[in-house]
Formats: sequence, structure tokens, C-alpha cells
Amino acid sequence: MSTIAGNLAPGHRKNRIPRRRTAGRRIGYLFSAPYLIHLAIFFGYPLIFAFVLVFHRWDIVTPMEFIGLKNVIRLFQDDLFFRAILNTGLFLAIHIPLQILVALFFAELLNTKLKGRNFFRSIYFLPVVVSGVVVAILFQQLFAFETGYVNSLISAIGGKRIPWLVSPKWAMPSIALMATWKNVGFYIILFLTGLQNIPESMYEVAHLEGASTWQRWRYVTLPLLNPMMVTVVVLSTIGGFSLFIEPYVLTGGGPMHSTLSALLYIYNQAFYFNHMGYAAALGLFFALIIFVVVFVQRRFVEEDVY
Amino acid sequence: MKKFLLYIVLILGAVAFAYPFVWMMLASFKPELEIGGLTLLPSSWTLDSYRLVFESIPIVRAFLNSLIVVVAVTGSVLLFSSMIAYALSKLNWRGRETVFNTILFTMMVPGMVMLIPLYTLVVRFGWTDSLVGLIVPFLMNATAVLILRQSFLTIPGDILEAARIDGCGELRILFTIIWPLSIPAIVTAGIIVFIGNWNEVLWPIMVIRKEEWMTMPQMVALFSVGGGSFGKLGPQLAAAFMLGLPIIALFLFFQRYFISSMASSGLKG
Repeated sequence: MSTIAGNLAPGHRKNRIPRRRTAGRRIGYLFSAPYLIHLAIFFGYPLIFAFVLVFHRWDIVTPMEFIGLKNVIRLFQDDLFFRAILNTGLFLAIHIPLQILVALFFAELLNTKLKGRNFFRSIYFLPVVVSGVVVAILFQQLFAFETGYVNSLISAIGGKRIPWLVSPKWAMPSIALMATWKNVGFYIILFLTGLQNIPESMYEVAHLEGASTWQRWRYVTLPLLNPMMVTVVVLSTIGGFSLFIEPYVLTGGGPMHSTLSALLYIYNQAFYFNHMGYAAALGLFFALIIFVVVFVQRRFVEEDVY
Repeated sequence: MKKFLLYIVLILGAVAFAYPFVWMMLASFKPELEIGGLTLLPSSWTLDSYRLVFESIPIVRAFLNSLIVVVAVTGSVLLFSSMIAYALSKLNWRGRETVFNTILFTMMVPGMVMLIPLYTLVVRFGWTDSLVGLIVPFLMNATAVLILRQSFLTIPGDILEAARIDGCGELRILFTIIWPLSIPAIVTAGIIVFIGNWNEVLWPIMVIRKEEWMTMPQMVALFSVGGGSFGKLGPQLAAAFMLGLPIIALFLFFQRYFISSMASSGLKG
């Protein structure tokens, strides 16, 4: 059988493939060309130019001025650069664990046979599709100190008003809380998909071996959910570094730079101070930090569970 | 009993996610002084907030700008991404793998690296304060290519070969054979691009300064931040509600597609 197939195949190829190849090649290039030309102009060129900008001072109006490594040196002496990193770190330290807990909780609840599951899933997903601007304006009013709904509720039941967005201590946690509320529906869906991919037989085996509910969760669910956990952590981290519109609308980066995010700082350098070179340097260094953080997280999260 | 508790918790969750939107909608019809209160329904319904929005910003214009940008970008992405996705999945040509790996690489570079150099490029082209600057840089989209390619790969080559023998051109094969067989992938890619572009706000804030070319999220954000609303709460909520409404309406119609597309985009990223 194999010899016959082996004899037939080359002859076959001789007749058909060459004609198709030449046609395929021409059309292949033709169909890829628009995308690749666009990619060269709007991805390739800016990516290279980012590295050029780092070595220049440029306000976009007057000619570029070569300044060597001054932008990089300045970066290491820039308190606000480190402040933005710390702020993002604080944001992630609250946002990621909270997001995982809430998302896992609701995903587990939804991973049972019940009526209206799709309804709940859709409601939880609603804030994900709505513009961040809407959510920011909404929470600005809900979190307002005197007139906000949340504080009115707290003081109605006898609690003390919380200075959500006006105190440097509370502002970033408030934004992290808000971001969790906005994004968690997305992660509920991811975890739900992960849970549904765990074969029922795994639980049956665990049950036969006499595992308790907790043990089944700890030694079956959690390890098998690990790839999804990694995805969730990585995506939340990237999301945290692209935080922009929430602080832009809610706090403008204040009070006392407590909500200055990486992207907001880049924006300020470029558009308030017209430092295109320095803003480009910030972009590259924040990106470098993202790569390092994600790399460390992957190692940590993946090892931790197995 | 256990089921009952489960439902209670799920309903509490639903309230936590939906209630703020309901509050926003109803508060936008309240008289300004009532908004801080705890009651949900307005004591008297009023359109004052909406009147102030329409009087102080050209929000209809912003809506149309957003619509033009989103339709142009989504249309272009679907057309050109399916062309290259077809070339990457169904045609043999040298450099195919290199091109595919390049596209994967572009997805790994964080947006903040590109932001400033891309902006300077758009300035150099003279595209600031125009819709061109909002559209052209986003005419192609790598995520869409991946989604479409994945779907095209599942289509058997025999069908295409048969069509070729019948003298069918490659463009016709793509649009009359591949597209009808890939509708879920096209809808998925379309939704991701549409939502992402509709909600994009940083890029317009950078590129557009003139009110007449602003997109809707940008205009609503600046209305709230920039003092155009005179610090009044009602008009801000009304503007935000108008911004959210089209997407919420779309979502309610296509929720199944929305959820699966967003989930698949996340898994690919």
C-alpha cells in the first residue's frame, strides 16, 4: 500500500502542483500586499522611529535635536516615572486578586444547571462592552464625596463617608474597584469556558477516591484551570498598564499624582510638555516593564499550581 | 434550598452590574437637585439635562463622526483581513510563514510603544483634525486576520479546487465560497473591531482638537472633564447615557455573538 501511494504521489504532484503554485504565489502576494504595505507604514515605520525618537528632543514643531542618552538618564531620575510604576503596581495588586476571586466565584455559580444562565451571563457582561467613558462618568457621580450614591447609602446605614476619589490613599483603590466592576464579566466568561472544559470523569475519579469538595476543587479544578488563570493574570496586567480614560476623567492623575497611570503620564509628557522624545522613551520603558512583569508572572503562576 | 440561595446570590450579582446603568438612565431624567438623593425614580420627569447637552455640544455630529469612522474601519478590516487570511490559509507562496509570524509579532508589541511615533507620523501626513487620521491607521487589524485565518483553515481545499477548475477567480472564490462558509468568524471579527473602535478614546483625544471632528466618546469625556457641562451632574449623565445606549442596544440584540467573540479575542491575545 505504502509503495503504491509513494509511487503515485510524485506523479500526481508533477501534474498539478506547479501550475497551482505559480497561480497561488502571484495571488498570495497580491492578496497580502494591501495589508503588508499598511503594516510597513503604520507599524514598521513607527516602531523603528520609536527608537530614533528616544535619542532626540522634539516638540514636533521645530527640527529634532539629537541629545544622545539624555532622555534615558532623565527617566531614571524622574520621580513621576517611578510614581506611575508604583501606582500601576498598587492598581494591579488590588485589581488582579479581586478580579480572580469575583470571576471564579460567579463562574462556579454559573457552571451549574440552572434556568436563566444566559441571562445572568449577559448582565454580568454588560459593563464590558460599554465605553470606559460612560463607566468613568457614572462612577464619578456614584463615588462623589457629598452627593454620591455610595456615600449616601453608607451614611444612611450609619457608616462614615469614604473619600473615594478625593484622598490620595483611596483614589487608586477606587479606580481598581471600578475597573474590576467593568471587566470582571469578561473574566467570568473565560473561567466559565475553562470550567466547562474540565471533563466530568475527572471529578468522578476524585469522588471515588474519597476526595472532599474542597480537595476536588483544590486538586482537580484549580490545576486544570491553570492555563486560564495565566491568561487572566496576563490580560489583567496588560489592561492595568493601559489604564487611561478612568484617571483622565475621574481624577486627572491626582490627587497628588496618586492615580497617574503609565499611559496618562506618556500622554501628559507628549501633549502638555510637547516632549515627544521623552514620551517615546517612556513608552518603550513601560513596555519593557510589561514584558518583565508578564514573564515573571507566567513563571510564578504556572509553577505555583503544579 | 440550595438552588434558592444560588439564585439569590446570582440576582444580587445582576443587581450590582445592572443597577448603576438603570440609575444612570433614570437620573438623567431627574431635576438636577434630585440626583444626589437615594430615590431611584424622578419625582418629576424632565428633559432639561438632555436639552443642555444638545445646546452646548454638537453631539449628533459626534455620533455621525463615530459612525463614519467605525463603519469605514470595520468594513476595511473585514475586506483586507480576509484577503490576507485567505492567502495565509489557502494559497501556497514563498514567505507565507514569515508573513504570518510577522503578524503575530505585531500583536505582541504593546500599544504604548507605537502611540507617540504613530502620532508624529499622522501629524506629518497632515491628518490631525480630520477623520482620515482616525481611520487610516486602523484599516488593518491583526486579531481579525487570526480569527479569519483560523476559520478559513477548516474549509476543505477540494471545494476551492473544484471552483478553480470551473474557472472561478480567486476573488470570487473568497467572496462567494469562503465568506458564506465563515459567517460566524466574520461576525466575531466584525464585532471585536466595531466595539474596540467605537469605544476608543485615547487616539481621538490625541489627534482631534476641533469640536466638529470629535468622536462621541471623546466629546462626552471632554464635556464631563472640560467644564462644558458647567459641573452639572444631569447633563453629564445624559451625555454618558447617549454614548452607552447604541452599544447596549446592539449588545442586547447580539449578546451571544458578543460574548463568544470577546472571549475568543481574549484567548487569542
